[in-house]
Amino acid sequence: MNRTLIVRSIGPAAAIQDSGRTGFMSAGLTRGGASDPAALHEGAALLGQMPSCAVLEMAGMGGVFEATSDIRIALSGAVMDATIDGATVQWNASHLLPACSVLKIGAARRGNFGYLHVGGGFATPSYLGTQGCHMSAGLGRLIAKGDILPVGSDASTDTGFYVVPEQRLDGGKIRFVRSMQSDKFEGRTITRFTKTEFRRDPRGNRQGIRMDFDGEGFQSGGQLNIVSEVTIAGDIQITGDGTPFVLMHECQTTGGYPRLGTILPCDLNKVSQAPIGSSLKFELLTFKEGAAIQARSSAVLSGLRKSIKPLIRDVTTIQDLLSYQLISGAISAKNAPLDEG
Amino acid sequence: MKNLMTENFEIQETWPQIKTVGLAGIIVTFSGVLSEPANRAAIAFLAAARSAEWEEVEESNSTLVSTFLKIDLSVHRLEPIIERLQNLVDSRDWLAAPLPSGRTLWRVPTLFGTDRAPQLTEAAELAGQTIEQAITDLSTTSMRVLTIGFAPGQPYLGTLPEYWNIPRQTKITPNVPAGSLVTAVRQFCLFPYATPTGWRHVGATGFLSFRPKSERPFPLSPGDEMIFDPVTEAEFLKIESSDQSGNGGAQTEMLK
Repeated sequence: MNRTLIVRSIGPAAAIQDSGRTGFMSAGLTRGGASDPAALHEGAALLGQMPSCAVLEMAGMGGVFEATSDIRIALSGAVMDATIDGATVQWNASHLLPACSVLKIGAARRGNFGYLHVGGGFATPSYLGTQGCHMSAGLGRLIAKGDILPVGSDASTDTGFYVVPEQRLDGGKIRFVRSMQSDKFEGRTITRFTKTEFRRDPRGNRQGIRMDFDGEGFQSGGQLNIVSEVTIAGDIQITGDGTPFVLMHECQTTGGYPRLGTILPCDLNKVSQAPIGSSLKFELLTFKEGAAIQARSSAVLSGLRKSIKPLIRDVTTIQDLLSYQLISGAISAKNAPLDEG
Repeated sequence: MKNLMTENFEIQETWPQIKTVGLAGIIVTFSGVLSEPANRAAIAFLAAARSAEWEEVEESNSTLVSTFLKIDLSVHRLEPIIERLQNLVDSRDWLAAPLPSGRTLWRVPTLFGTDRAPQLTEAAELAGQTIEQAITDLSTTSMRVLTIGFAPGQPYLGTLPEYWNIPRQTKITPNVPAGSLVTAVRQFCLFPYATPTGWRHVGATGFLSFRPKSERPFPLSPGDEMIFDPVTEAEFLKIESSDQSGNGGAQTEMLK
């Protein structure tokens, strides 16, 4: 039987995503990929598969999906209300979506980008070597009502696990390091930048997000005469009027505005997920501190498979959650006796 | 690395400079202003760095005056990489490097002016040229691909005579169509798809620098040259209706 998900309805900005494409930077095409790469690792850990599997990224709003055969699913990223045939299912967890059942995913309650993972990954066509949609380059397209999404073959039947995600859905502290053009800014401008409370502006897209603030701008000394230079996701780019824009995964490959610094990849996920109007504050780290924190975050993500736990009851109903040993110890994703009950 | 943590931004600058780009890699910059030798240096240094096949490098590119190596600096130690790069920088005079071999000359049929490229008159006035002189300059200067960037496959082309050092507009044109030839600061850009721009729209072509469904999605490479041959509106319409490949009737020859 065909393994597919039929899209009965869908939010306005849902697309197939993965970790993006490398190797095309010299051709003017940035990596792109999922807005919250940590969510790819969480879903993969829950399903016991590779984080390179293609997923459905849902911006702000989920959809209604019908399975044509038994399909394992996992839900990660922005928290959305989800039901299978009317019964509430937990976010940040894996579940069985039986043949002919209907999965409903509502609007994001916290964060912006929610993810639907399927066992075996989505088996959609590749564009320039990978499946992820790159909106600004016109590679791939948004998912529409009536689409039938093919699902890859799945060796496992294990479901019923949850993972405690790294906190990243409410804005907060964003850590950055100096970059190649930081010395174009006066020290006091950078200090003032780190003391300013910013708000996530509604003006933003997959290429960059504007940071709203009160007070004067953050211009550099040599603002108008720098040569266009390489840009990367996480760059804090200061436009002509002194406004910071955080460059996101689909940013251009070069830019003519100076960059004050570059956000750690692990904290860029927080910018992606920060709701409009939420507060963001930037903290400058030394290169060594930044590299160490990023390395630790990458290690946590690659070790996630060891920290998933069987979903024996709905943890949101547990009164004293912290007294439970939620994240220590290890459990096999292949051998989950508790899952059968 | 030298100036990375200093807070004095009026540094006496020396070139080339090696700097970190966040935790995402290392950039070698050959000049603080765009120049022909610095652009050649960036292209040649990229080729040399690529042929060294350093395993830490995920991908690499050259921009107008720099070479960038993407390296996860949270995984790989910085000091030995900087040392290797410094040795390569010191190994020769990069500003005297030759252009890469295997370059292509592209001759692209172009409709200058008319309502298909409505800012030719404005651009000519800013350059102090008549329309006829402007078309001659823009269509006979062999323009080199300085870098590919901004949008997929999109070339920055240089350079026109000094009097074409016209500024970008203060206001952005909301939309110019795919294949548009636009100019500012002695350069051209040729857009692969419809885009807003602050550069002035002087020519229309059927040449697309990004062809996602083609076997060769990115036809241009840094170092290639382009000549924008003027055609009449009738000829342009004929090319448009007969060549839907994205090549826009362009002819190529190999450069020595």
